[in-house]
Amino acid sequence: MSNKKTKECNDMILCRIWQVLKKPSVKYSLGTLLVVGFISGIVFWGGFNTAMEMTNTEEFCISCHEMEDNVFEEYKETIHYSNRTGVRATCPDCHVPKEWHHKVVRKIQASNELLHKALGTIDTREKFEAKRLKLASHVWETMKKNDSRECRNCHNFEFMDFGEQGRRAINSHSKALDTGKTCIDCHKGIAHELPDMHDVDPGSSIGDI
Amino acid sequence: MMKKITTITVLLATVVISMQAISETVSSLRGAHDIEQDSSAPAPKRYAKDNEPIARDYVQQPPLIPHKTTNYRINLKSNKCMSCHSWSNYREAGATKISQTHFESRDKNVLANVSARRYFCTQCHVPQVNAKPLVENAFEPVTAISGQ
Repeated sequence: MSNKKTKECNDMILCRIWQVLKKPSVKYSLGTLLVVGFISGIVFWGGFNTAMEMTNTEEFCISCHEMEDNVFEEYKETIHYSNRTGVRATCPDCHVPKEWHHKVVRKIQASNELLHKALGTIDTREKFEAKRLKLASHVWETMKKNDSRECRNCHNFEFMDFGEQGRRAINSHSKALDTGKTCIDCHKGIAHELPDMHDVDPGSSIGDI
Repeated sequence: MMKKITTITVLLATVVISMQAISETVSSLRGAHDIEQDSSAPAPKRYAKDNEPIARDYVQQPPLIPHKTTNYRINLKSNKCMSCHSWSNYREAGATKISQTHFESRDKNVLANVSARRYFCTQCHVPQVNAKPLVENAFEPVTAISGQ
């Protein structure tokens, strides 16, 4: 039976590789195979994670001018970049999930961003501004769905001392806690400029004059 | 001889007067400092973080902003103040609503949204720091509106 299959395989490379893989090893001991497999597993897995973490740095994010000239410049004026204590939240702290499986899902989604980088969808300020509402809406929607998960890596209602907050913050945060609101419901545009808000909240934008 | 004495006297007087002029310092509202000397920078003032609304001091005074407005952006795309003070948001935010007078065009036509000439809030409404007046004054708020 196996002879018959091998014969069929003669002119197909993939099929021949499969035949070799299927056969038990005659040359190497089970121990060697296990040890080599184990070590190369660590190396490959470590390499994969290291490569993924390299894409999780601010330096990597702003290596594209689309990010460096637009959102990064805007972020530099905000409290998450410069503040009293010098603690910073960099791009991936807010835009890449911490948990591994969420992170991998986000990284796979990012392939779409690579495509649009290649297409030059937002390669000028004007193109970026035209797309800003759509792009911002995606982020708002995601954060609304996951209860502002990335904010909560640092900010959490449970550990907020309302007594230390200002009058307005106490009011808003107590109300938000009671009504089950999430951070992004109010805190839009805290790290980047807002898009034209006329369609989102007509009262808070002048619109077309 | 007389001429020589006069010349010397005049010269001496000139030197004394000019030395006095040099040692004199310019006195401004920031204090007295030699022109060559670096003046120390004043301590940065901090905006009042969050207070109750501040009573007006005179009729037609644009109400003062009783909270910090750092990084509140006002541009054509959005107006951060209006995210709380607009008619659609003030109830939920517990904020003072924008005056109806701000919905009028220059020709007194009533508009559906805030007028462009009233859009830039901080042209008239300003946040406060606890700064002592540089010049003493005897200003008294109008009793009719301050209730004092």
